[in-house]
Parts: sequence; structure tokens; C-alpha cells
Amino acid sequence: MGFWQPRRAGILALAAVIAVLPAVLPNAFYYDVVILVGINAIVCVGLNLLIGYGGQISLGHAGFFGLGAYFSAVLTGTYDWPPLAALATGAVSVGVLSFIVARPILKLKGHYLAMGTLGMGIIISIALNQEVDITGGPDGMPVPAFAIAGWEPSSEQTWYWIVAALLMISVWLALNLIDSPVGRALRSVHGSEVAASVAGVDVTRYKILIFVVSAVMASFAGSLYAHYTGFITPDEASFFHSIEFVTMVVLGGMASTFGSLVGAAILTILPQLLTVLHDFEMLAFGAILMGTMIFMRKGLVPSLVDLAKRARP
Amino acid sequence: MIGRMLVRLGRAVLPALMLCGATTATLQAAEPVKIGSFLAVTGGASFLGDPEKKTLEMYVDAINADGGINGQPVELILYDSGTSAKQALTFVKRLIEQDEVDVIVGGTTSGETMAVIREVEKAGVPFISLAGAGVIIDPVKKWVFKTPHTDRLAVQKIFDDMKARGLTQVALLSGSGGFDKSCRKNAQELAPEMGMTIVADESHGKGDTDMTPQLTKIKNTDGVQAFLYCGFGAPTSIVAKNVSQIGLTVPHYQTQGSASMKFIQGADGAAEGARLPVAALLVVDQLPDDHPQKQVATAYRDAYEKKYGESVSAFGGHAYDGLYIVAQAMERAGGTDKETVRTEIENTKNFIGADGVFNMSATDHLGLDTRSFVMVEVKDGNWKLLQ
Repeated sequence: MGFWQPRRAGILALAAVIAVLPAVLPNAFYYDVVILVGINAIVCVGLNLLIGYGGQISLGHAGFFGLGAYFSAVLTGTYDWPPLAALATGAVSVGVLSFIVARPILKLKGHYLAMGTLGMGIIISIALNQEVDITGGPDGMPVPAFAIAGWEPSSEQTWYWIVAALLMISVWLALNLIDSPVGRALRSVHGSEVAASVAGVDVTRYKILIFVVSAVMASFAGSLYAHYTGFITPDEASFFHSIEFVTMVVLGGMASTFGSLVGAAILTILPQLLTVLHDFEMLAFGAILMGTMIFMRKGLVPSLVDLAKRARP
Repeated sequence: MIGRMLVRLGRAVLPALMLCGATTATLQAAEPVKIGSFLAVTGGASFLGDPEKKTLEMYVDAINADGGINGQPVELILYDSGTSAKQALTFVKRLIEQDEVDVIVGGTTSGETMAVIREVEKAGVPFISLAGAGVIIDPVKKWVFKTPHTDRLAVQKIFDDMKARGLTQVALLSGSGGFDKSCRKNAQELAPEMGMTIVADESHGKGDTDMTPQLTKIKNTDGVQAFLYCGFGAPTSIVAKNVSQIGLTVPHYQTQGSASMKFIQGADGAAEGARLPVAALLVVDQLPDDHPQKQVATAYRDAYEKKYGESVSAFGGHAYDGLYIVAQAMERAGGTDKETVRTEIENTKNFIGADGVFNMSATDHLGLDTRSFVMVEVKDGNWKLLQ
């Protein structure tokens, strides 16, 4: 094995895909779709740490994504902050917020935990909708360009490389975290909280840590998204958007970082592909999701890996 | 392994993506005129997007049956944005970059429209929005037009009617939605210009089911001569009920946000006597024969109701107007050159549509005035046109 550990092979493959893609993307529309895949993937890689490894569920991650987006929009737009400072402030604030809510919320288990995070997400969404003077309300607000020291990425191509680089960093961080003592502790928490604490793992601390990490990644992706599209609405923080993120993680395969990438890619690209079906778009979308979940319960990537292993004993 | 799979996925997906644009082309013959559209056919605003879609499809067929525009067939490329600003933006990029449309008619909600304006302006494609907010065309943007009335026009029409009745002291109640806030802002701005005074300014929260506290305050305010509610959807009926419950007897006005039978039905008789501005389309049978919109509105309503078997709404009318403004501009331009078509859209004069008579200019990318609304009063559970 040595250098060719599976995870290193994975990250190299990801780098290769990122490097090759520009050669086959014919126009800005394709870049746009791929950039959205990348931004969603950053959220999913973070969320997967929480769901797949920590064994906790969050139905409120779009709330963090939305908060990050609005921090960037309001601070750069209304108060003329430099985008990087706004992005960092958003990430830190979301980190603090998630830290504060993590303790009471993560004490809950199963359905109650899902309800807790769902409630938090909805509160954020309501706040963004109602604070019309700050956020522009349901109609949304424009976001200035992502200017760094006078330079701003204007074309989709430039954004592609920015998002690609950040995605690589996120994946690399996630893979490292998973294989660190923290990652092992998390997996033990996932397996059995009782056994983990008997083995001396501070269960609460690790759950909070991973919740905060995934929230900060969502906020970060939200800020990027806001600057990239130049216009945001409270829909970014909606309950349905949270569900979308969770679906991406589950579809791609829980506890598989690359599964999260594949999940994000499929759920972002699929609506574009299915436009051919016109009125049957939603039907096909639902059927594909149901089919995957029925026949590939572990999610796409882990199921396919198992299949490949079985075919090649 | 995983990497190979990703590559394979990419290979499978990309050519398929490329095919999508091509399959929608159905007409052979001459190079078609491509009209792009993105509408909220599903999702929260589907009650707006669905009639818009049906209208566009019906009239694109009609135009093609008549020989197309400048002898070229019309191809409609329509995507469902699912009422999401994010999807809308991606679909607009697809329309511009992939489908290379000549013009875009779409954008059901203000959020979707505002999200795509930057892209449309950058690419330089004429765009007619079907959304309500005034900010879409104010300040004027080079490539962006719209057909629905703004809330500002509605407030103007209401104030005109109040003044005609000698009422100048208005009590205002508004909700917390985007439409409500915008309506309230316009009322505050227009009041001094039009010689009106706002003597009470109350608001209620989203999802409130009882507005009697606010209305009681209004009732106890001195000098209130008329009451105006800025709101949309379900609260409109609640307000009407509460008004009659607490016995607020001053003339009662609402906006076009209440222009739905649900308002009358939900109020359970309490809406009687309430006045509001609506598109002429809603009371087409009561229009006098010399009303400029009588013919167009009747034809549109009959065609729509015959084809789809459901009652016509004002929203589909926005799409009708957008489509025909574009078609006529292209005929005047004698082609599909974007810059010329844009100029010709701006030159739209005396176009009689479902929403009113359009007169656009370089400083007015809507082109409607208060005549495009008619005032109606709720009478015997129906709209009664006020002469």
C-alpha cells in the first residue's frame, strides 16, 4: 500500500477530475453547474462528518449556510466590509452560535435531535424572512462581488478554480480529521455512546466539536455562494434546503467523504438533466431517489465499492 | 476506483446534458426564433407560474400557426425554477449560454427576477420579467422590462379614488411580507405628493390570525376617513372580517393582493363594500364596449378557459403581454438582433395587453399607468366595476 492508500488515491482522483473538467466544459452554464456542485459538496463534506461519522443528524444546516451567506451579504453590502473579513466574521459567529446551541441540542437523541436542529434551522429562516430592514425580507438582497485587494473574480472560470481549490482543502481536512484520534473517537461515538464513554472518550465534547466544524464549513460555503451568485434569498436557509443537504449525504453514502461529493454532484446535476422530461421532472427525481435508497441502502459510493469488491474477490 | 467512477459519471452526464438543449427543438424549416423562459411552475409560487406557463405555450402555438415571427417559427424553451432563485439563476445561464435564446420572458417572482438581473445585464439579452416588485425597473436597467403592475400604481389608483370621494386622512395596516412592506413604503411616499395624510400606521406579523387590536387602535384614532390594508393572501379575508366585527365603518380599501375570489369567500360576507384596484381582465364582462382592453381581455379569457377548462387569472395575463410585446418588437426590428429588439421593446407604444395599455420609454420599462387598473367594489359576493 504505502503511498497508494485508498484515501490518497481518492484525493488524487478528485484532483485529476478537477484538472480535466475545464477541457470538457463547453460554456459558462456548465461551469455554473459544476461550481454549484462544488459549493454544495463543501457543505456535504462537513455535514457528512456529523452524520456519517458522528452519527448525529442535523436538519438545520441550511440555516448555517444561510447565515454565512447573509453575513457576507449584509457586512459587505450594507457596511462595506472587505469580503474576506465578512466571510471570517460569518464563520466565527456561526461557530459561536453552533457551539452555544450544540450543548442543549446534542443532548437529545434520535428523533428529538432531528427536531431540535430542525427547530433551530427554522428559527434562522424566520429571522432572515422577518428582518426586512436588514435582510431585505423574502425578496432577498444583492451581494457585492468577491473583491480581494482590488481584484475580483468575474468569470465562471475563475470561480471554478477558487471553488475547486477550497473543495480540495475541505476534502483533505475531512479525510485527515477522520483518520485522526478525533475521527476514531467520533466513530466510537457513532457505534455506541455508552461504549465510547466507558473507553474514556468525552462523548459530549466530540459531538460538539464536530457539530461546530460542520456548521462553520456550511457558513463558509454560504458566504462563497452569496458572492458567486450575487443575489440571495431566505430560501437558502429554508427547511427544504436543509433536507436537500441531508439527502445529498445519504444518497452519496454516509461515512464516505467521496460519497458526499457524488451525492452533491448528482442532486445538483439531476434537475438540469431531467428538464427533458418536462412535466415528469419531479416524478423521475423522486423515483431515482427512492430506487437508490431501496436498492443501495448504504448510499451510492459505499454500495458500489462493495459491489466492486465482490466482483473482484 | 472512486476516481474512475467519477470520470465515468462525468462522461455519462456531460453528453446527456448537451443533448437536453437539442431535444426541445421541434420545428423544422427556417432558423427558429428562440424565446427562453423560466417560471415557478412548481413550488410556493406555482399558483402564479402555472397559468403563465400555460399561457406562453398556448400563444407560442398560436403564433406558429399564424406563420411565426418574420416568417421564422418560434421555439419556446421553458424551465421550471421551482420558485427557487438559485435554480432560476442556473436556468438563465443555461438559456443564455447553452440554448442561446434571443430573448427571455419569465421570472415569476421578484426574488427570482432580481437574482438573474446581473447575469442578463452582463450577457445583454432582452428580458421581460413577470414579477411585481417596482425595484425590477426602478432604477431603469438597460435590458430589463416587466409587464405586471407595480404596487406603487395600485396605491396611486387607490389614493385617486379616495380623493375623488373627498377622503384624505388614511389609516394604514400592513403585514410583514415583501409585498406588504413595499406597498406601505409606497403609500408613505405617495401620500404627501398626492395631498393625503397617513394618520395611523399599524402592522401585523406573518401568520397572525386576529387583527382586532390594530384595528381597534385605528378605530380610536381621531380623523380617520378611510382605511387601507396592504396585504396578500389569507390575511386579507381576516382583516375584512375583523373590520366588520369591531364596526369600523370608514370606507375600506385593499390592494390587488386581494384580487381573488378567495378573499370574498374567506371573508364570509364581510368583504362587502371593500374597494380595490384590479386588472381589467377580472371584470371583463362588465367593461364598457369602448374600453380599450375589452377586446383583448375577452379574447384571452375565452381562449384560456376553452383550452384549459379553468378560470383565467391575472397572472397568465402578464405572460401574454410579455410574449406579444416581444413578438411585436421583433417584427418591428425585422429580426432577432438583441440590441435592435431591445430598442424596439423600449419603443412599445399603445400596445393593448391583458394588463393594460403599454407605453414604454427609455425611462419607463413598465409603461403602464393608473388607467391599467380598474376600481372594483365587492358586491353580492362578486366584483362590481366602479364607473
